[in-house]
Amino acid sequence: MKSEVKTQPVSRSRGRRLGAFVFLSPGLTYLVVFMLVPLALVMSYTVFQRGRFGGVVYEFTTENFERLIDPLYLSVVGESLKIAAITTVLALLIGYPTAYLIAQLPPRWKTMALVAIVLPFWTSFIIRVYAWTILLSGPGLLNSALAKLGLGPFELLYNQGTIMAGLLYSYLPLMVLPLYAAIERLDPQLREASANLGASGFTTFRKVTLPLTVPGVLTGCMFVFVPSFGNFVVPDMLGGNKSIMVGNLIRNQFLSARDWPFGATLALALIAVLVLLLIAQAWAARRA
Amino acid sequence: MRRPKLLYVPFWLTYVFLYLPIAVLVAMSFNSGESAYTFEGFSLKWYGVLAEDERIKDGLINTLIVATGATVIATVLGTMLAVGLARYSRSKILDAVSLMPAVLPDLVLALGLLVLYGTIQLTLGLYSVVLAHGLFAMAFVAAVVRTRLTGTDTSLEEASRDLGAGPVVTFMKVTLPQLMPGIVAGALLAFTLSLDEFVIAFFTIGNGEATLPIVIYSMIRFGVTPKINALAAILLLVSFTAVIAGQRLTKIGESRAQD
Amino acid sequence: MSRTRFTRRLPAAVAAAGLALAVAACGGESSSSDDTTVAAADQLKPNADLSKQTLQITVWEGYTPKELPQQAMEKLKIKDVQVQLHDTNEIAMTKLTAPGDSGIDVAFVSGQYAQALNEQGLLEPIHHELVPNLANLYPEATQLSYDKGNKYSVPYTWGTTGICYRSDLVKSAPTSWNDLLKPPAWADKKVTMLATERWLALPALKSLGYSINTDKDEELEKAKELLLAQKPHLLRYDDTGFGDRLLSGEAIMAEAWDGWCPTTDAKQNIKFVVPKEGSDLWVDTMVIMKSSKNKEAAHALINYILDPTIHSWAAENINYKVPNKAAMEQVKIAKGSLLNTTPAELLDGEAAIDLGQASTKYTRLSQDVTAS
Repeated sequence: MKSEVKTQPVSRSRGRRLGAFVFLSPGLTYLVVFMLVPLALVMSYTVFQRGRFGGVVYEFTTENFERLIDPLYLSVVGESLKIAAITTVLALLIGYPTAYLIAQLPPRWKTMALVAIVLPFWTSFIIRVYAWTILLSGPGLLNSALAKLGLGPFELLYNQGTIMAGLLYSYLPLMVLPLYAAIERLDPQLREASANLGASGFTTFRKVTLPLTVPGVLTGCMFVFVPSFGNFVVPDMLGGNKSIMVGNLIRNQFLSARDWPFGATLALALIAVLVLLLIAQAWAARRA
Repeated sequence: MRRPKLLYVPFWLTYVFLYLPIAVLVAMSFNSGESAYTFEGFSLKWYGVLAEDERIKDGLINTLIVATGATVIATVLGTMLAVGLARYSRSKILDAVSLMPAVLPDLVLALGLLVLYGTIQLTLGLYSVVLAHGLFAMAFVAAVVRTRLTGTDTSLEEASRDLGAGPVVTFMKVTLPQLMPGIVAGALLAFTLSLDEFVIAFFTIGNGEATLPIVIYSMIRFGVTPKINALAAILLLVSFTAVIAGQRLTKIGESRAQD
Repeated sequence: MSRTRFTRRLPAAVAAAGLALAVAACGGESSSSDDTTVAAADQLKPNADLSKQTLQITVWEGYTPKELPQQAMEKLKIKDVQVQLHDTNEIAMTKLTAPGDSGIDVAFVSGQYAQALNEQGLLEPIHHELVPNLANLYPEATQLSYDKGNKYSVPYTWGTTGICYRSDLVKSAPTSWNDLLKPPAWADKKVTMLATERWLALPALKSLGYSINTDKDEELEKAKELLLAQKPHLLRYDDTGFGDRLLSGEAIMAEAWDGWCPTTDAKQNIKFVVPKEGSDLWVDTMVIMKSSKNKEAAHALINYILDPTIHSWAAENINYKVPNKAAMEQVKIAKGSLLNTTPAELLDGEAAIDLGQASTKYTRLSQDVTAS
């Protein structure tokens, strides 16, 4: 930067600095005040004690971290990882073929198919999750249908499977879109060349299509995993307070248990997991 | 081009999976009975019940207030941020920080803001949600406007500056008009995201206030009636119409551009 | 649906004009171990002009008549009355104890929480001379263990906790907390429990023969084991929707507050039982915040609610017993209603009292049980 500035006329470099100040300072101030300062506060709370009715007593303690590594709470973090990971894999398994087929549809159908994928995403998130309680509840549609076949009734709601279904439903479009973008960008000649050289459809897919769409796969996986892992609305509505995820724990600490320091510690664990994953993703993307 | 038949199974599965719950939801809104689970007969009565619900009306008004306020903040600050980052900064760190509100889990942003408001002893209200939504929507506006900025020709801006115009004049007379479609797209995105945002609003809203998603959430917690389905059906209709209309408009725009 | 649910939020808040009372804004820091201490009373003017005062009330949804704000404005000439809602005591406490002015004048919270608020110095003592209708209360209702003599709280409703069940779907009627804690095979995964702190522990503590106010770690540990063993057999934890789930048949037994158990529903056979091991006596109270700038209006409102014609609303419409003798004498009691319980019978229940710092043990217990 510095050497560059020297080669430019003085007035231009002053203009640049003025421009940087005028355009960047309002937005950056906003980011500092409403995001960085709050995050710093949350981090600092992890070493303080809780006040009886919420708030914080500014006395140092390691109690929050001791509680975090209590198997009870660590297992919630582990279960959340598992739920989010399975959801992501399921989304990939049904999202990839879908995106692959959409990319090969004639243009007219392609647009329609894409809009149909995105459409549910633009409707109320809460309502989409609520729809599943109607489908799955004891007296709900699925059980009525099963009853006609002489089966059930089954308790379909309030377990980990229901939570996964709800998460998959909520975030599947976020998997399909980046996959579609990656597959669409592929040069069809590559696949034709592979076929002409005698490779079977599957070999072409494995050797050509899949490796070239890895960045799309990674993006899609992050798009599904991140909101799934930190979710509390879906487990709240579909897990019945019985199966919970780390998001519920955090929500409870802040809004009902009034234990801000422990909530902050759980949030730190959540962020740590996500940062590790982002690093892993960046590393994988560079290798691909 | 070959399309393996087997692939159609997950393809159709995806669509059934995406639309079956919605279809059931809408069907149950026409239930004449009290239950949201068992269909007793056709009736429009729940739509009437819905129309009289003060809470939903208030929630809707609050949601529109919040979305409008947040969109104004996000559009102004996000556009400036995008221009600043694209034209006056090469810092990767600033790039990353400006995207963080869009990448961080909503729960983390929400509790950060709750802690901030608590620490400075701010009494919460609707405006605390506006400020919070402004934050995450700003990141989306900045991202959209930046995509547009990388596509624009910088030679005009350079010419303007060479002719002695300062950064602000250059921005107003040259950059802004070129950016307009991107800014409008960003603003629309910000507005839509704010309309449906639940987690941050839930944490940062003041006593006694509620946005529409919060109203729906608490209605569901207290038990379900087809009234919620009727509301869902209307919201679905509105957003479906908006998305499809938007799609049509871009199509018309594109075909005009080709003429 | 037997329970009417509604809410009313009047047009957006008007800046409170309020009387210029010499109220020293009271922080949340002062604490006192003696539970009979009340904060110093403010000088209130019996003839204050209520049309210059506005009220913010926080209350559970559907707990007061929806016309109440309107009536209070018309009858008492209060300038503006607004109602806010809270889901649970815990949420109300977070609101009321948060740093800064909550803006709330009158709050509805359970007795032990009123006691905790008072210990924090957050409550204005009740000026009995401004609430002549206190005379309508049952004598028992003035001697409640958390606040003898109604120094800082006025009881609004009272009742107990028990098992609410579908008599047509259970194979045998529940009589013991163990029917809920160790549900028989026919009730497996058709049982719900309250998850709110003290009430989550209650069935286990009572079934083990302990006090619901225990702060002994080993007793709470045993209760926790019982609750953990119960968890796989639950439908879910549910503080708000169990009535609906019983009506739909999704659940057949639920730990429930008596007033929330829809026993008078015409379509379904729903009954309520207090298990033989005993239960609690809960009281939901009205308190006035020390930070209120509208204390005369707040007293006038509480006095108005204690009017038999108003107070009987809760008994008639939401099936809660009210500790108001004059009001209960007016109530027509429906078939199947639980309103027949006498105050003496109610007082068999163990009253929950505030446990001070030990109450965080209950928070921890409920977090541990729901997290596992």
